[in-house]
Amino acid sequence: MFWQGFVQGSKTAIPIVLGYFPLGLAFGVLAKDAGLNVWETLIMSFMVFAGAGQFIAVGLLKAGATFVTIVATTFLVNLRLFLMGMALQPKIKNWSKLRLGIIAAEITDETFVVASDHYSDHEPSWPFHLGLNVTSHMAWVISSGLGASVGNLIQDPARFGLNFALPAMFIALLVGQIKNHTTLIVAVAAGIISLWARTVIPGNWHILLATVVAASLGVVIAKWMGK
Amino acid sequence: MDGQIALLVIGMAVVSYLPRALPLLLLNRVEFPPWLVKWLSFIPAAVLAALLAPDLFLNGEELYFSVGNIYLVAAVPTFVIALTTKSMIWTLLGGMGSFALLQLFV
Repeated sequence: MFWQGFVQGSKTAIPIVLGYFPLGLAFGVLAKDAGLNVWETLIMSFMVFAGAGQFIAVGLLKAGATFVTIVATTFLVNLRLFLMGMALQPKIKNWSKLRLGIIAAEITDETFVVASDHYSDHEPSWPFHLGLNVTSHMAWVISSGLGASVGNLIQDPARFGLNFALPAMFIALLVGQIKNHTTLIVAVAAGIISLWARTVIPGNWHILLATVVAASLGVVIAKWMGK
Repeated sequence: MDGQIALLVIGMAVVSYLPRALPLLLLNRVEFPPWLVKWLSFIPAAVLAALLAPDLFLNGEELYFSVGNIYLVAAVPTFVIALTTKSMIWTLLGGMGSFALLQLFV
């Protein structure tokens, strides 16, 4: 029973694995370029497992940022995962603390979105969720290690489109989230607020601010439209 | 492993784990009101757009509307591929391919 669910989760992770491979390769190349070796890249991907946070961190590392700046920025970028944990919580809150602690470690934009979609018409399942998460995590670790291994051969990462890996992933995920007019308005509002805040407020608050305001706008619109 | 890198990885691991684990471990006996569940349902679209917009429209902290902005130009075919294929892998490859081509010509 356990393995059946686990394998089903692994199969459901295939689109994530396919997406993580080019992304992880790109991350590995950029990590190498920022001065990390293959082992450091592998360990970071294993222990941190936060694509956007890791891309931003190696960018800052290359730019010579301090430990505190890098960790604080990673934290801010990862605060959205708190919201994802909250969104998953009503569905899986009856699981043991151990299981919740393990599932939490592998929440990413992609595993969250895929699990949430799955739970809209399936019962939440521990083996399924574990299979989905572990498979995605392994794809991320292996591909970033491969990227760091071949990093020496690639002199100018931008030339291969690697700098666009992250925006392209965001576009793919965002298009999957636009399910009706309200989500479209929320996304456009979040984009505009984020741009505005990025240009006027120092630091990296724009992501958090735009997310909170735009999601609140979505609630108001949904209520106003009577749904 | 370099000591400073080890410290950095540990620091990043802590600030990546805590935000994911706190709502599941500490708030796991709380029942959320319907408006909050609704609010949470908008979070993925909002956070993705908030992350994406500065990548496409800004150069540092300045708005950058120009055909010379290859991030913005490459986003057009990437969106088209995402909307038509609904596929993560094709969107990534198409987007990175467009960006690499633009890099050659612009």
